[in-house]
Amino acid sequence: MNDRYLLPDISQPGKTGCSLPALDVSPAELPPKEFLRQEFELPEVSEVGLMRYFTALSKLNYGVDTGFYPLGSCTMKYNPKWHEDVARFPGFASIHPLQQEESVQGALQLMFELQEYLTEITGMHAASLVPLAGAHGEYTGLLLVKAYHRDRGDKTRKKILLTDSSHGTNPASAVMCGFEVGVVASDSEGNVDMKSLESAMNEEVAALTLTMPTTLGLFDPRILEISRLVHERGGLLGADGANLNAFLGRVKFGELGYDYVQLNLHKTFSTPHGGGGPGSGPVCAKKSLADFLPSPVVTNSKGKYRSVSPVKSVGRIANFYGNFGVMCKAYAYIRSLGAEGMKEVSEDAVLNANYLRVKLKPYYNLPYDRVCMHEVVFSGKRQKARGVHTLDIAKRLLDYGLHPPTVYFPLIVEEALMIEPTETESKQTLDSFIEAMKEIAADAERNPEILHGAPHNTPVRRLDDVRAARSPDLRWQMKR
Amino acid sequence: MPSPYLPNTDTDRSAMLREIGVGSVEELFRDIPQEVRHAQFRLPTPLSELELKKELNRLAGRNANLDDYACFLGGGSYRHYIPATVEHVIGRSEFYTAYTPYQAEVSQGTLQSTYEYQSLICQLTAMEVSNAGMYDGSTAAGEAAIMACVITRRNKVAVSTTVNPTFREVITTYVKGRDFSMETIEPGSELPADCACLVAQQPNFLGHLEDMEAQARKAHEAGALFVAIVDPISLGMFQQPGRYGADIAVADGQALGNSMSFGGPGLGVFACRQQYVRQMPGRIVGKTADVDGKPGYVMTLVTREQYIRRERATSNICTSEALMALAAAVYLATLGKSGLKRVAELCYHKAHYAADRIARLKGYSLISAEPFFKEFAVRCPVAPAEINRALLRKRIIGGLDISPVVESAMLLCVTEMNTKEEIDKLVEILGAAHE
Repeated sequence: MNDRYLLPDISQPGKTGCSLPALDVSPAELPPKEFLRQEFELPEVSEVGLMRYFTALSKLNYGVDTGFYPLGSCTMKYNPKWHEDVARFPGFASIHPLQQEESVQGALQLMFELQEYLTEITGMHAASLVPLAGAHGEYTGLLLVKAYHRDRGDKTRKKILLTDSSHGTNPASAVMCGFEVGVVASDSEGNVDMKSLESAMNEEVAALTLTMPTTLGLFDPRILEISRLVHERGGLLGADGANLNAFLGRVKFGELGYDYVQLNLHKTFSTPHGGGGPGSGPVCAKKSLADFLPSPVVTNSKGKYRSVSPVKSVGRIANFYGNFGVMCKAYAYIRSLGAEGMKEVSEDAVLNANYLRVKLKPYYNLPYDRVCMHEVVFSGKRQKARGVHTLDIAKRLLDYGLHPPTVYFPLIVEEALMIEPTETESKQTLDSFIEAMKEIAADAERNPEILHGAPHNTPVRRLDDVRAARSPDLRWQMKR
Repeated sequence: MPSPYLPNTDTDRSAMLREIGVGSVEELFRDIPQEVRHAQFRLPTPLSELELKKELNRLAGRNANLDDYACFLGGGSYRHYIPATVEHVIGRSEFYTAYTPYQAEVSQGTLQSTYEYQSLICQLTAMEVSNAGMYDGSTAAGEAAIMACVITRRNKVAVSTTVNPTFREVITTYVKGRDFSMETIEPGSELPADCACLVAQQPNFLGHLEDMEAQARKAHEAGALFVAIVDPISLGMFQQPGRYGADIAVADGQALGNSMSFGGPGLGVFACRQQYVRQMPGRIVGKTADVDGKPGYVMTLVTREQYIRRERATSNICTSEALMALAAAVYLATLGKSGLKRVAELCYHKAHYAADRIARLKGYSLISAEPFFKEFAVRCPVAPAEINRALLRKRIIGGLDISPVVESAMLLCVTEMNTKEEIDKLVEILGAAHE
């Protein structure tokens, strides 16, 4: 059998991967046959066949446990193992979201305390843990903005401003909330262009959403001025908190003038990314927005925990309380670090990024040559002049057993390479990454072919995206 | 004590600071205005792994967990048996510590298993295409309603009154967010003019099986799409949405191998007809080949997505529930053709046994004679909340108190997890509650 078979290839009638109990009651009459289905095929595989299949697949994957994963803006830090165990405690994993509240006081207490911790960490007033991922949190934040202006009777504010370096989910979330999108330019230093903001910030603007540090990995030193301007003109300031790792335990969004912030527990708070989720995207808000938070939030009255709906809630954004399993892990993380531990996290995150900045600068173009925060953005411009693209550099890194950085983002940097080492990587690891990047830069000069053909020793080599999109093959068919 | 998660030593740190050319790490934070650079944080004193694990164990112990309690509660989250294979596969850190598979060459594990997931969902629902999964059933339903508005270029959505009320609330949030409107209609009644879609649920919130084919026909006659919310386990026995005319089928995928976890992480199953694939939200994985002609998988049709199209994307979704989709794929593959059918039959017969016994109790009656699968509503002689308290004392989690919707009624759910002994005990306590 070839090494890339699929489930139908190992399916044989009569096999199964699980034994089930016999019926212990007398069978009931079946409903009218129009309700019943026809036969359909599902794979039939033995337990051993199934385990070998998925184990083989897992070996084709690269995770944080495999090696360095400096994916910019994704904060791929190490995921402590015992936090995984906590989420699997039967008292957390085997509870139903609609159980009587008296029977789930431990879960509600954990949520209440997590709300409190996140509120404290961000310098806000209240928190909702319901959003299920970062983009869902952004969406929630913008629902708050919409409700806030409506509640004040202000119907003219139909626009959300964001920067030209913002993440793609930012404009997409704005549209899902019925807003138009306006773009503020970045200046040559990578900060918000104040002239551009001045002219865009009018009475149609509901809010400016500004990632801090920006997706260039830079802290905008004029943040207080920006906040003042936005508020003076009647707007709100919202944060995509994707980059909180840069100043965790050091700076509070509330003190920077933000009205709300959306966090990513699966980035900053060390919960694993799962190959594309589950995430968790809590929203923390100032007092002015707290009454609009989605339902439910958890309250504590003399040690009795209850879930309630805020008085002017934007309503429900998900079926239940949010991704509770993810919250358990983030809770454990916060309690193991404490305030001092969080400060150490951001210090090492920033130190590691700046070390890479300085060490790689001789080999790659650094478009914003200044101290960076938790990530550094290079440009592959110099290599491009030799016909080598950022994509080639990324693919070549795979041959070194390293995961490439985020590439071609942010959009305002030509041939962008966005590197976020995180605090959970050692100088040793960074040094081997630097060595690989140096060799690649040298190969771009003298041996570009090796880059164009990369990767050479991965389970598959470059894949044909065009073919995939032109004639989509999105599923197998199983014949009877 | 050094932190186990910070591998740099002080020697490393000094060496790095020297290379950077600064005297202290503090200097690296110089862009942050001085007055906000040193915030104070009131957080609990940190604890070691050992201490904190004990404390969290105590906290978990304050919850009545359903490994120790019998459970007859459904209403959107379901207790089904999770075969050991599921935890062992999703517990492999090659899967759970990976990011979204942007670098396909080193993500074939995630990508191929997603292709398996999509295929299995298509088989299960008899729909033509599936995406890689959404957040949960309710948000998948909300996205389906918006997708229908975009496809039909209409801006009104009709939702059946028999759809789970929290799903209806989430659909309302999504629809109104986009400044579209929503109306609720009785099943079988005429659609309001110019509707983009009709959203119905099978089995419905009260557990009843509805005539979905008739509703699909009504929707199509009105030029609207038909969106079916289904219980994936029910498809082990009952008609698949693709066969009764659903244009989009969504489901909460928690029941497919995911623990209840107090309501999340769950999984939003989202499948549709081939002709709408380019309007579908979320990730989609496709099969292709590498430069050597070797088969491989990639994320495809990406021009629908936010990271390419920004404000013109079909949705803002980015991180979703990939690991839960993997669990669902492993679950379906483990049970296979006969296993899924068996689970559904166990649910059906046990639920009917329970309903039959309860209906014979003095003061109790089923609220309807409609056919049902694993959930049914009973009218109770005393307040459901009171009955649930009595049950809890006997280590049973009772049904969902739906008295705000149907007077004195409780929605009970019976799955393969419930033994005859548990059901008999439930019936006994219900009977005693009346006396």
